Parts: sequence; C-alpha cells; structure tokens
Amino acid sequence: MGRTVLVTGVSRHVGSRLVHRLNDEPGVDRVIGIDVVPPRSDLGRAEFVRADIRNPIIAKVIGAAEVDTVVHLSVNSAGPGSGGASAKELNVIGTMQLLAACQKAPSLRRLIVKSTTTVYGASAKDPALFTEAMEPVVPPRAGFAKDAIEVETYVRGFARRRADVGVCVLRFANFIAPDVDSPFTRLFTLPVIPTVLGHDARLQFVHFEDALEVLRRAVVGDHHGVFNVAGEGVLLLSQAARRAGRPTLPVPGPTVSTLGGLARRIGAFHLSGEIVQYLTHGRAVDTTRLSRVFGYVPRMSTAEAFDDFLAARGRGPITPDRVGAAADRAFDLVRSVTRFVPSPRLAVPAGLRGNADD
Amino acid sequence: MTDARVIPLDPDGRRGPKRPLPLAEVAEPAQADGGGLRRLDRAAARSFAFLRRRLVGDYQVDDFGFDPDLTDAVLMAPFRPLYSSWFRVQTRGLEHVPDVGGALLVSNHSGTLPLDGIMTSLALHDHHPAHRHVRALGADLLFGTPFLGSLARKSGATLACVPDAERLLRDGEIVGVWPEGYKGLGKPFGERYKLQRFGRGGFVTAALRAGAPIIPTAIVGAEEIYPVIGNLSGVARALGLPYLPITPTFPWLGPLGLIPLPSKWIIEFGKPIRTDEYPAGAADDPMLVFDLADQVREAIQQALYRLLMQRRSVFT
Repeated sequence: MGRTVLVTGVSRHVGSRLVHRLNDEPGVDRVIGIDVVPPRSDLGRAEFVRADIRNPIIAKVIGAAEVDTVVHLSVNSAGPGSGGASAKELNVIGTMQLLAACQKAPSLRRLIVKSTTTVYGASAKDPALFTEAMEPVVPPRAGFAKDAIEVETYVRGFARRRADVGVCVLRFANFIAPDVDSPFTRLFTLPVIPTVLGHDARLQFVHFEDALEVLRRAVVGDHHGVFNVAGEGVLLLSQAARRAGRPTLPVPGPTVSTLGGLARRIGAFHLSGEIVQYLTHGRAVDTTRLSRVFGYVPRMSTAEAFDDFLAARGRGPITPDRVGAAADRAFDLVRSVTRFVPSPRLAVPAGLRGNADD
Repeated sequence: MTDARVIPLDPDGRRGPKRPLPLAEVAEPAQADGGGLRRLDRAAARSFAFLRRRLVGDYQVDDFGFDPDLTDAVLMAPFRPLYSSWFRVQTRGLEHVPDVGGALLVSNHSGTLPLDGIMTSLALHDHHPAHRHVRALGADLLFGTPFLGSLARKSGATLACVPDAERLLRDGEIVGVWPEGYKGLGKPFGERYKLQRFGRGGFVTAALRAGAPIIPTAIVGAEEIYPVIGNLSGVARALGLPYLPITPTFPWLGPLGLIPLPSKWIIEFGKPIRTDEYPAGAADDPMLVFDLADQVREAIQQALYRLLMQRRSVFT
C-alpha cells in the first residue's frame, strides 16, 4: 500500500508545486492538501481540505484518512502589510496544534517540516559556515527566524514523544527562481538596491526546483534529522547587485531599520530586522549532511540559481553587455592615446589585437 | 556575457612571480602571440579586464568570502612598497611552509596595527615558490567594523574560531593565527618581544582535528613600528576599541603619526610541529592541547630571542 501524504500550506506556491510532484509519485496513493484559503491553481488528483491547522478538525482529517506522512510547509515569513503578530500566531500556534493532532495519530510514520537557515541568525561573531549541530551565536529575537526556532523546538519535543515517527527538518536558504516571489526576489528587482554601508554580506540561495526535489525526497525517503539545504557557494551582495545590473545605494547601518520601516509604510518594500542583519553580516551554511544522507547535491549553485532568476526576470540598466562595451570603448580610448607615447620596446605590429576593428 | 575582446596579455609569462594576476579568462592565452604589445598597453588592458570583471560581478568568492582576484590585484598592492622598501622584510625558513596542503602558522603579534599579519601574507604570496595565500584568523571586533570587516573577509580572513580554522585547514589552506590577540598587538613598548598569554589554545584543537602541521613563526621588527608609550584606555573604551595607543608620534602629529617607523623586519618560519601522529580524539584532551600550545609558544619565544641577538640594530 502506498503513502497517504498531508501537506499543509498547500495554497502557497511551494505547497501547490510539491503536491504536483507528489501526484506523479508512484509510491504515493493519496495527497491531501490543507490551507485556510483555496489554492490558486488546480491540484490535480490531490484532494483539498479547507481548514485551519489551528482548528481541531485537522486531527479528524489525519485520523479519517489514516495519514502516514505530514509535510508541514505553512511556517512562513509575514508578507508585506501583514502584521508580525498574526504571522507568529499562524506559525507557532499552528504548528503546536498540528503536532498535537499528529501525536494522537497512530497511522503517522513521517513528519517533514520546512524550516529556514535564518534560525542561525546573522552576526559578526558567526563562523563562516553553519552546520546543523551549531547553535546561533546571536539568536534571532523576533520575526520569522524566532518563529522558526520555536517551531523547531516544538518539533524536537514531538520527536521525543513519538520516537516511532521519522522527523525530518529541512532548513532552506532563501528560495530563488523565476517563479518565486520573496523579499529577496523583490530586493533584486528594485531600481536601486539598498545595501548596508561598509558591509558586504555573503548570500546563499537555493533554486526553487532543487528545494522541491529535496522536499520530494524527504517525503518518499526515510531520512530523519535536521538538514541544511542551500546551493553550493556564496554570492556577495555587491556581486549579486552587479550581476543584476542594478546600482546599489549604501545606507549607513544605524539608519537602515528606519528607512526599512519607511519603505514598508509606503508599501514599497519590506525590510525586516532579520533581513537587515542578514544583509549586514551575511550567512552561509554547510550542506555536507544533505549530500551525504540524501545523496543529493542541489543541481544549481547559489550563483547559477541567481543567474537563472535574473535571466527570466530581467536585469537592470547596467547589464554586463553594456559594461563590457563601455570597458572596451574606454580601453580603445586609452590605447589611442598611448599609441603616441614613444615606447622603449618594439612597435605594435598591425593586426595584433585579434578582432579589434580599429 | 558579451564576447570578450581578445587582448593579448603577458604572452611570454614574464610578469614574474611577483604579481600572478588571474587574467587568463580575458587574456585568451591561445591567441596571445603578440610579444610586441607594449608594456603600457598591457598594463591598461590588465586594468580594464579587471575593472570589467568587477563591474559585471564576474568573479568567484569562496564560502568564507575570500576574493582572490581583488586581493591579488588591489588589496595587496599598497603594502608591497612597505614590505620591500620600508621594512625591507627578510624571510627565513620559507621551505618549512608546504607547497600544498594545510598548515597553521602561529605567530607573535605586535605593532598596534596588524601589519605583521599583512607582511606575513605578502611574504608567502610573493616569495614562497607556491605563492600561497595566508588565510588569517581575526577577532570578531574586526568583522563587525564597517569597511574593515568586509575587506578582511575579501582578503581571505575569517573569524578566529575552531570550526572555521579546522575547515580551512582541511581544505588545504595556510591559516595564520596570532593567539596573543589584542594583548600582543597593543602591549607597551617596554614589553616588546615578550609573548603574551596564548588564549585558550583553540588553534591547537583546530590543527589536531585537521591533522595539519603547526609552523611557529617569529616576526622581529614589528614591535618597533609604533612604540606604545601610553594607552588612552578610557577613550578607547568609550569608542569600543581594544586600546588607543600613545606613541612618540601619535596622536601628536595627527595622521602623520600613523606613519610607521622604518624598522628592519625578519620573518622566520620555524620547523613544523606535526599533529597527525596523535590518536583520534586527541583534540578533546585539554592537557595535550595546553602542552602543544606551550610548545609552540616556547618555540616562537626562543626564535625571537635568537633573532634579536643576531640583529645589529632596529633599523638596519
């Protein structure tokens, strides 16, 4: 008999995309999606239950369908405009209720929780790469990161009480892909990218397709434990901005939060405290454990994932092509001057410059 | 990316070992038969190729944020005259630093500003046959400081902590550590060449875990560049600095007081101390860690005394 999988937060992008992957999975008999709002796209053969995970009805759904695998995807950062308190309510209280229902479900065998690498915080005292065993040096005190830490704490408690359930916590770096909308994709499509003066953070992304593949493998496999999921390598914020072809605006550190609040008020852009910390100090994680246990290395590195995003969503006005052409023109200009400077060495033979057209 | 225009650079490889600039991707060596391209053009081409790479973000940084392209072409450049003409650095025992594989350089620290670290980097990058980059371990204060922190990361430095040191050593990097930290850097002139306490010996733990040799390194000359005769500790505390030194020229001469005295430097790389012969779990034996740290400290102290005896004067 195949698996019966329950996916929370199915109306969001990750949820609906994962459901489609699971629909194609031969080992999965039944997929039940649950969310408070109806999905925007068709879920295929999957069933949709409109319910709040904070409602006891969730226990009935799990019990009636004899769900053996729960994929908890509805731990999310607050979107622009929505308050932090309601996000916390959804994330933390929702997880507690879901875990309470799971604990009473004898059919349950696996629990997969989507978490985030922001649980490691971001500070000047951080090691270059965080492994799963490391604690944050400066623990995040608010926002999504704090929620995720609390969620993970409850998940650990659940794993202790239900030792027969394989629990898999996936700490994802920021998703990036042409079809992803996140604070980071919005950051890199702004006309001018704000940076923190004097700092150049190391950023790490995971391509959305790679993230989905890791989630799929977590569902069908039997790995348990905590795993960092990120594309190989890092990009510096300055480097990413240049690849995006957009100018940067360095903002003095102490004023970033104020400006971020201002931008949020006019609805332009949401820079939460944890994102400001991340853009200041950067963060990168070690993914050795993922490749060793899952046998899967994200197909796209951080830089490749970012370039894939840029290729689809467009670069700014300072594109590599234009910069290259300008550099060539400037070089020609310099050469047209230097050619009249007497040289102690041999003159330049004609045609030496390859495809130069002067 | 647009097609790079073919600009022959350094066709005969005569740039020498001093500045191995990674220009190959622009230079297209296969086309580079133009031995006659003038020096001026070559310098210009090199600069433009570099600028272009920087402007389009077409360069690699490693997980630690190390940017070799920037380090080789820009960050090291201003210190080269200081190395060769001002301090006239003499190196000894370069053969003790391996051509490949990890090793931990442990060195004395002095001179108010960490010029000793920069000079050690230059010594190994420009004068070691394998042109090795030194991956320095620095204090968290450095990485929290705007500009300096990000420049330090780009130059290959990372936070002085066991996981980072171990990771770099396992990756086969040369790691530089100055275990005296600020105690060594900011110590008064009267205590010159007296090694301060060696922290908690975390560097030994990292070397043991990675099985990398420890190379005790002694630097003579750095103590005299800014002779510290006093410390404005109150002001330093208010500014969040570890110390604010008074030297014969600072702060009296303002920015001119930042010019270091032209002492003659010797950097001696000592005989490596092997760490791969200990049983597994040795890194968790605090007694062994302290013993090894003491052994390294003693080796550096002895080398310092020996070099000081040989030195004729501070400036020659």
